[in-house]
Amino acid sequence: MTDSKYFTTTKKGEIFELKAELNSDKKEKKKEAVKKVIASMTVGKDVSALFPDVVNCMQTDNLELKKLVYLYLMNYAKSQPDMAIMAVNTFVKDCEDPNPLIRALAVRTMGCIRVDKITEYLCEPLRKCLKDEDPYVRKTAAVCVAKLHDINAQLVEDQGFLDTLKDLISDSNPMVVANAVAALSEIAESHPSSNLLDLNPQSINKLLTALNECTEWGQIFILDCLANYMPKDDREAQSICERVTPRLSHANSAVVLSAVKVLMKFMEMLSKDLDYYGTLLKKLAPPLVTLLSAEPELQYVALRNINLIVQKRPEILKHEMKVFFVKYNDPIYVKLEKLDIMIRLASQANIAQVLAELKEYATEVDVDFVRKAVRAIGRCAIKVEQSAERCVSTLLDLIQTKVNYVVQEAIVVIKDIFRKYPNKYESVIATLCENLDSLDEPEARAAMIWIVGEYAERIDNADELLESFLEGFHDESTQVQLQLLTAIVKLFLKKPTETQELVQQVLSLATQDSDNPDLRDRGYIYWRLLSTDPVAAKEVVLAEKPLISEETDLIEPTLLDELICYIGTLASVYHKPPSAFVEGGRGVVHKSLPPRTASSESTESPETAPAGAPSGDQPDVIPAQGDLLGDLLNLDLGPPVSGPPLAASSVQMGAVDLLGGGLDSLMGDEPEGIGDTNFGAPPAAVTTAATPARLGAPISSGLSDLFDLTSGVGTLSGSYVAPKAVWLPAIKAKGLEISGTFTRQVGSISMDLQLTNKALQVMTDFAIQFNRNSFGLAPAAPLQVHAPLSPNQTVELSLPLNTVGSVMKMEPLNNLQVAVKNNIDVFYFSTLYPLHVLFVEDGKMDRQMFLATWKDIPNENEAQFQIRDCPLNTEAASNKLQSSNIFTVAKRSVEGQDMLYQSLKLTNGIWVLAELRIQPGNPSMTLSLKCRAPEVSQHVYQAYETILKN
Amino acid sequence: MIHSLFLINSSGDIFLEKHWKSVVSRSVCDYFFEAQERATEAENVPPVIPTPHHYLLSVYRHKIFFVAVIQTEVPPLFVIEFLHRVVDTFQDYFGVCSEPVIKDNVVVVYEVLEEMLDNGFPLATESNILKELIKPPTILRTVVNTITGSTNVGDQLPTGQLSVVPWRRTGVKYTNNEAYFDVVEEIDAIIDKSGSTVTAEIQGVIDACVKLTGMPDLTLSFMNPRLLDDVSFHPCVRFKRWESERILSFIPPDGNFRLLSYHVSAQNLVAIPVYVKHNISFRDSSSLGRFEITVGPKQTMGKTIEGVIVTSQMPKGVLNMSLTPSQGTHTFDPVTKMLSWDVGKINPQKLPSLKGTMSLQVGASKPDENPTINLQFKIQQLAISGLKVNRLDMYGEKYKPFKGIKYMTKAGKFQVRT
Repeated sequence: MTDSKYFTTTKKGEIFELKAELNSDKKEKKKEAVKKVIASMTVGKDVSALFPDVVNCMQTDNLELKKLVYLYLMNYAKSQPDMAIMAVNTFVKDCEDPNPLIRALAVRTMGCIRVDKITEYLCEPLRKCLKDEDPYVRKTAAVCVAKLHDINAQLVEDQGFLDTLKDLISDSNPMVVANAVAALSEIAESHPSSNLLDLNPQSINKLLTALNECTEWGQIFILDCLANYMPKDDREAQSICERVTPRLSHANSAVVLSAVKVLMKFMEMLSKDLDYYGTLLKKLAPPLVTLLSAEPELQYVALRNINLIVQKRPEILKHEMKVFFVKYNDPIYVKLEKLDIMIRLASQANIAQVLAELKEYATEVDVDFVRKAVRAIGRCAIKVEQSAERCVSTLLDLIQTKVNYVVQEAIVVIKDIFRKYPNKYESVIATLCENLDSLDEPEARAAMIWIVGEYAERIDNADELLESFLEGFHDESTQVQLQLLTAIVKLFLKKPTETQELVQQVLSLATQDSDNPDLRDRGYIYWRLLSTDPVAAKEVVLAEKPLISEETDLIEPTLLDELICYIGTLASVYHKPPSAFVEGGRGVVHKSLPPRTASSESTESPETAPAGAPSGDQPDVIPAQGDLLGDLLNLDLGPPVSGPPLAASSVQMGAVDLLGGGLDSLMGDEPEGIGDTNFGAPPAAVTTAATPARLGAPISSGLSDLFDLTSGVGTLSGSYVAPKAVWLPAIKAKGLEISGTFTRQVGSISMDLQLTNKALQVMTDFAIQFNRNSFGLAPAAPLQVHAPLSPNQTVELSLPLNTVGSVMKMEPLNNLQVAVKNNIDVFYFSTLYPLHVLFVEDGKMDRQMFLATWKDIPNENEAQFQIRDCPLNTEAASNKLQSSNIFTVAKRSVEGQDMLYQSLKLTNGIWVLAELRIQPGNPSMTLSLKCRAPEVSQHVYQAYETILKN
Repeated sequence: MIHSLFLINSSGDIFLEKHWKSVVSRSVCDYFFEAQERATEAENVPPVIPTPHHYLLSVYRHKIFFVAVIQTEVPPLFVIEFLHRVVDTFQDYFGVCSEPVIKDNVVVVYEVLEEMLDNGFPLATESNILKELIKPPTILRTVVNTITGSTNVGDQLPTGQLSVVPWRRTGVKYTNNEAYFDVVEEIDAIIDKSGSTVTAEIQGVIDACVKLTGMPDLTLSFMNPRLLDDVSFHPCVRFKRWESERILSFIPPDGNFRLLSYHVSAQNLVAIPVYVKHNISFRDSSSLGRFEITVGPKQTMGKTIEGVIVTSQMPKGVLNMSLTPSQGTHTFDPVTKMLSWDVGKINPQKLPSLKGTMSLQVGASKPDENPTINLQFKIQQLAISGLKVNRLDMYGEKYKPFKGIKYMTKAGKFQVRT
């Protein structure tokens, strides 16, 4: 006999029959009838018409019947609010029942009747149940508060139930505590501003005690609640971590993940030097691995979270690559996630294994997965440089399979590899061109066209290839059209004679026959460029491209830190903060990782820097681009300039500032042409230049400290000095010729000048002033020319400089604008100082720190340069650089190449990390620079080149 | 918390719905059906699906989708764990969990679900507590109930609910006191073409069946506890004692339960008990391919490998296979392209093999993918990790229980690439 009989009453008048049965005198018949009603209800039939008859059955001693009626009531009370009131009396009575099970059942059901009218009748019974002697009733009542709050929040607050609930956190029974926490958390979620769960060390202690004793679900609620607590110092954080760690061995994966969240968050506060920190890291790996042996749905959520964890702390799982290998019968959503994590964990040490696996995956059946696997090979090539060659050959193998979508994906990733390692793998282009016809996806077509355009000079029939694409121009997607336009313009600039017709054709197609605004605009820009200044066009279109960064899909660090606080939640599955998707106008509180406390402060790499705090320890002296731009706009008082705006206005700005910046004291005559705006005004009044001044001031004072420090520990050998160059020719300065150079010796910078009088009259009253510049260079003493300079006489002098002047970013960065005055006139010139004079003597970074910093600086900031024709051996190069304050931190030999890892620090505290690759017998060296302020890289490279070649 | 639950069969019918808060219209499942349509196979339906106002979290077991609806930020693992617990409970109550069985027992199902969650908060999920609240249906009880009018709903407060040992009820009595432990290890492995191990790990569990009177306090110790560095315990195990002495000390639940599960990771050397020699070739020109596999024992510590089943998903291009096994039976389904060979025991003196030809689609090119061979097997009286129980002691009660321990090694996800 089964319950399916309840479903079989399909006769007409079914409701009528049921009604009769419900009103039967026989208990058994009644119960059977209620069961039938419930069964109909569960399959979605409307049995609400029976409401009064069912409610009549409520007053019974039979627990099962009571429960069944309650079930019915909960379902239909909303649609029959007037009838529901009939049930109130029974509830109130049941709440007084001697059997705690009945009391609990009543209070439980009560809360499920979502009818406003009857809620107020329920307050009194609920109040009693919250203070019931039986913990089973109390824990049920705690949940009832949450239910009631959902129906009528105001009522709950007015009745003071929230306070009672808060008191329950200190209840003696752990299950009651857990339910109170769960209820409060749910209420708090709908009222983020209310401070319901104000946790203090005492309540935390109670929660931690309850954690050990309550059910698995209660543990989840308590752990999630603990994660919101902000320990006051590292010691408290550690003690909480110690008490949470045993939860990592729980069989319930949700408990494990919530415990991981608490640990990941509080770990932020622990110092890395602590033994405990290392122990904790080790303890985190096994439970995460174990999550992967659970059911696929659990694996999926675990993998999404592990994805965050490996981005935040790659060290935890770095040896666990193999558990992420894909089994062929994993569901596709697990496969894709595993693949993602495999790439994140890929390193030089395991790349061979990873590639072998990826190649295996590329032959699987599932198209999405195969595509992603092919893409992953490309990402490996970009991430692990040593593997690039292997990856490219693997990709070529895959292209040979001629499987259409594999070929297309491979071409897309090869394009990226070309961008990462220019001039290295172009030999494969021929193979790629063979597959031109099979490309039918826009992305692959666009990638191929990019390759053809970029390497047009190496492909004999580039014009034919591109022309073949052009035939169906209007049928292509925008992406392909844009790429084709650019590629043909590139081709034209490289081989102008043969391709004139082609470029005209594409330009007219793009501008006249297309209604896509992007395409038209780009077409017109190229057209105009080509017709006005082909040389400029070349510079623009064929400009060197920045190398692409390693991992393009890393989560941005602040978001990552926020998401770490949401481990185990939906936010962590979507990798979006809850504010981005939680529905309704509820303000979501942003969570952030706790900052490291003072006692745990350590001077290690900024990798560990907590969220919110500035990520680097170097002051960012160069004002951000935005500030500068705003600044430029302020300064640009003249009519709009037609030239390239940046350069023009910075020149103009320089001029204005030279006048305003305190030069008035040394300017006897008024210079012609300029000087009307701010001439004579004291620097503070130069409103137009106010922003950088403000920015510069506090920083430069800090800099002077740094500077003092460096002069103390400086090495004795001076850095390389360039021969003097003519800075100001005599013709431009009414007979005064100035040549000079910059030196750095024992921690101080000076400007060595040679003044020659080529005029016919004696020169006197020399003075010098610098415009504000990128590193705050300023004369430390006045220019002292003791005797008047007679005609044809030359005087040599050394002007000491300091770096405490005002700071303004210049273009180029090492530009220095100088005004020199004598009795005849004021003269302006600008010169470029070699950056190595700014390299301070204490620029040697500790090895560990170097490693950490190198990792920490985003890869976009890495710049690579070639130093050609420099036949030095490693030793000599290292020594040479050392004397200019470029310090070798470590040395390594890989495959016959010597790698020097070097560090240097600029006067303003910016660190630059370098990797110099020297191959014995090869006069070219490769220099990779990483710096938080990537603008300096170019100049550091120049400094390297000058030092090494002289 | 968990708002509603829908049970959906593989043909897309909602056959049961349960709401713990207000009623959510079943039209919310349309988003699920969309996802179901997109996924080619039921296993591939993503477990988390966002909809404009709700989230749908689902698990797929016994050909039924259990779809939970949530509205606010709830830990998804909590929901998914709970859903799996629901399935386990059904299985425990009814023996099997299937659509007809659930429909047959719909009232019990409803009552159980009502007890498991209150307002979306888990209430009672331990099956021994649930069984005290709502008695599982048995033929005898149904008959008795019909005659006497008694119900299958307990009217006592479940004793375990509030004690310090919520997993054990009080007043347990047995005439035969016995405690059995099964150490079961599953090997998950990927073996590459050449026969070397790509990755291998062991998922082990110790399942217990304890029928002891009163409140026994047990300790279980191992010969080599160092193997267990990654373990998950039943809540009854005292963690501190394990941390300090590597001894399992616990008051057991009554009846069947999983004492612990452990994981021996890929970093340790895992012994692989079988090998598969294979020679599968699709020839480009002719429409016949060659197929040959041989299975043999490798590191078995002298034990016999039994229950060997070889399955393989052949590429689409394979029309049929004509094979001869040296032992056992084999089938090939030309529609699903699934080859299955029930080998049975491996006799090391006469290795089982399966040989023959494949007929391929004429004119079609060589299949891109190589079939992966899936292996199932069992080895009695062996825990492949080497784990051994040292002794089991009981405190707190006077009688002498009967004790037993069994070992078994099985293939988990054991795959051989070709």
